[in-house]
Amino acid sequence: MSTSSFDAADRAIIVATQGGLPLVPRPYHAIAEQTGLSVEEVMARLRAMLAAGVIRRIGAVPNHYAIGWTANGMTVWDVADERIDALGSQVGALECVTHCYRRPRALPTWPYNLFAMVHGSSREEVLAKAEDIRTLLGDACRGSDVLFSTRILKKSGLRI
Amino acid sequence: MRERPAAELDAVDRRIIDTLQGGFPISEHPYAEAAAGLGVAEGELIARLQRLLEAKVLTRFGPMVHIERLGGAFVLAALAVPEARYEEVAAAVNALPEVAHNYRREHALNMWFVLATETPEGIPAAIAKIEADTGLPVHAFPKEAEYFVEMMLESRV
Repeated sequence: MSTSSFDAADRAIIVATQGGLPLVPRPYHAIAEQTGLSVEEVMARLRAMLAAGVIRRIGAVPNHYAIGWTANGMTVWDVADERIDALGSQVGALECVTHCYRRPRALPTWPYNLFAMVHGSSREEVLAKAEDIRTLLGDACRGSDVLFSTRILKKSGLRI
Repeated sequence: MRERPAAELDAVDRRIIDTLQGGFPISEHPYAEAAAGLGVAEGELIARLQRLLEAKVLTRFGPMVHIERLGGAFVLAALAVPEARYEEVAAAVNALPEVAHNYRREHALNMWFVLATETPEGIPAAIAKIEADTGLPVHAFPKEAEYFVEMMLESRV
């Protein structure tokens, strides 16, 4: 989805904040100084980008490991094509799932088309949650795997 | 960044993490406003955010951009990296600014990363660069449907 209203000033605000919001009492004034825009315009444009969903949210991004979610499993499932959209929405609605997508298979080595990220404090907890997903998918599921992460190699977020 | 044991956090840190994952005010004195909601002083909130970022309990504090809404692209991709070359390949992949995050996972496909680019054409260009730099084929898994995205997790420590 492309937005024609997104312009150079919006882009300048995003570039100025993608490393983080300045940790000073008046951060939007700091961004205004950096971009050459007025502070009113910086705040108005940020509000507009939030409303349009160009900015998902403004806040803290925790390192999951550091806040106790030490087990992180990418659960992947081979789900019948004609049932995946209905079931994918149900899997995404489970409390334990933070992201859920349909993606293309890469046959023959990768038969999985449903990806659901599951977090827990232990691998046992993640595997138990994966069992809940398996139960939900029932006979529409022909195979699955859980890929545990063992290391964060990079987590800088978006850079434009 | 190794998988690390849970950090030492006190009750105020946990409140900051659990309540400030979204909804940070857009106003003249947003830290003062957020701090009032948390029952701490403005200076203390700023100092704690600084400390949580330095300790890598937080990876960022600020706006999270939805690049697809800007006409950009966001693609999950994976590599099967020989163990002996793992560090070298990780360095080569991480060197690309288009790589937003990258995780080691237990599988034959043992490196999973997300490419975020300002235009759709940026994705094949980044993939070609990684393949040229590493000599390994990149497996791309672009999303075909998004059923749910909610990145907020409460602290458990």
